[in-house]
Amino acid sequence: MSGLLTPLEIEALRLSLLIAFWAVLGGLPAAIALAWLLARHRFPGRALLDGIVHLPLVLPPVVVGYGLLVVLGRRGLIGQWLHDALGITLAFTWEGAAIASAVMALPLMVRAIRLSIEAVDRGLEAAASTLGASRTSVFFTITLPLALPGVLIGVVLGFARSLGEFGATITFAGNIPGQTRTLANAIYAITQVPDSDAAAGRLCLISIVLSLAALLVSEVLARRLGQRLQGRTRA
Amino acid sequence: MLDVALRAKLGDFALDVAFTTADAPVTALFGRSGAGKSSIIAAIAGLLRPDTGRIVSDGETLFDADKHVDLPPPRRRVGVVFQDARLFPHMSVRANLLYGWRRRTADRKLDLDQVVEPLGISHLLERRPATLSGGEKQRIAIGRALLANPRLLLMDEPLASLDGERKAELLPLLAQLPRVFGTPVIYVSHGLDEVLRLADRLVLLDQGRVLAAGTVEEVANRPDFAQIAALEGGPDVFTVIGATIKSHDEPGAQTRLSFGGGTLTVPRVAGAVGNRVRLRIAAGDVMLALTPPTGLSVRNVIPARIVSIGETAGMVEVMLDAGGPLWARISRAARDELGLQPGMTVYALIKSAAMTGSIGLRGQA
Repeated sequence: MSGLLTPLEIEALRLSLLIAFWAVLGGLPAAIALAWLLARHRFPGRALLDGIVHLPLVLPPVVVGYGLLVVLGRRGLIGQWLHDALGITLAFTWEGAAIASAVMALPLMVRAIRLSIEAVDRGLEAAASTLGASRTSVFFTITLPLALPGVLIGVVLGFARSLGEFGATITFAGNIPGQTRTLANAIYAITQVPDSDAAAGRLCLISIVLSLAALLVSEVLARRLGQRLQGRTRA
Repeated sequence: MLDVALRAKLGDFALDVAFTTADAPVTALFGRSGAGKSSIIAAIAGLLRPDTGRIVSDGETLFDADKHVDLPPPRRRVGVVFQDARLFPHMSVRANLLYGWRRRTADRKLDLDQVVEPLGISHLLERRPATLSGGEKQRIAIGRALLANPRLLLMDEPLASLDGERKAELLPLLAQLPRVFGTPVIYVSHGLDEVLRLADRLVLLDQGRVLAAGTVEEVANRPDFAQIAALEGGPDVFTVIGATIKSHDEPGAQTRLSFGGGTLTVPRVAGAVGNRVRLRIAAGDVMLALTPPTGLSVRNVIPARIVSIGETAGMVEVMLDAGGPLWARISRAARDELGLQPGMTVYALIKSAAMTGSIGLRGQA
């Protein structure tokens, strides 16, 4: 590996994976909860919540990044308290980059998971409830397992979105080598330097390979999962 | 015992029913599609909230709009067998069966083995629902509901999605259920044969209302019952008689049944002496005579009193009291010739061969 890639490339690759991993892992519970709420419940403000969840999909990423600065920055509404009371700084750290990626990935994850929850037969949920299962229990034993292919798609989409995230990250977390210089940020930095086409090309190639691998893995997993849920393979 | 009184507005459909199951092991909700049967089941199970009314099971209130009681489905302990089985596709048969069993541990009455054996599904435990036939799925759905220790078992047309052969296979099993497991059953159906075979009590529904409720014999012998049943492909007018097997006449391949009005001789019925059966006699198969006939091949001659005489579509329907109601259908000319009047005593003649195939064994008395 080290013979194939330069230390700078390895560093960017490592940061990209780290940030995408935490963005998806941190965002997933929220995405599942939101998807369930939107798919299975009617409550006042539902349309508004739906809109807010989808905002990062339609806003320029820079706006999301700036919004995060306003809320979570060192002088932000919550960020100041986090800094003063808990000593936590998010802006211009890799954790901040993960948060920015998570926010950007959330609508994609919620959409995929919500669709698959909506596709779960409510009759099965009703049957489970007559068998003594509480709402929570129905969710964890029936709804979520049957929606798992959608959750997987959500994870892959979220992961891919995080890998490609640039605008919100650079605004909120900057482009700090070793902290927030992900593949996308590194490509941007390199293109600012004259005569660096080859280096930029290499980074692009790494991005392409990484994204393709993620998609392939998800394809295989989704197929296996689908078969298992339909019960076509022998138990 | 379940007492139900509820009203619900469901789109354009209004449900307004009240009935009790009394202490009947099996109560049938009978009526055409769209009569409101499934909505009632859903309301009892807690899956549909009525606008007003109450549902009380053995003294425990499951729903009471006035007192704001509305137990959620998991706390009602009402088992449901749905028409489409609704097995969980991502679980093995065993996990399906144990789903409710694991959750209702208090006063558990049954174990897996006690349910799996009588239902004949022990060889299926490790399979997945997708690999099962419709009949197998229904058996497992029944087992799953029973293992959740229900106070009451609701069955919503469990045979409707099965073909004739599977139906015939499952019907005797259903007939045994209340006796084997001791759980009262509410059985929804629009199939007359199923209802006559399984039910003790009958609630006749039409367009969201209860038209009649009582024992199967009481309700099925009402004049308006035939009208509704006929629309589902049954005979025009018929009598339902509950009887007990008295003796088998082996060489003659005949069975003697005792009922309220005496003895009936019918073609051989499978079942032991003392077993209860229910038979259906089409009104057109009952002839009337003013005197006990001689020199006739008819096996059953039952003295009866004429209760009422009515006319529909050019035919005359005579309601007889033969120790229980009995319908006869004759022509207008015959009525005039015999001079039939309410209060007269006549003899009802029933060919034993006419009762073939209309007799259902109902298990031990």
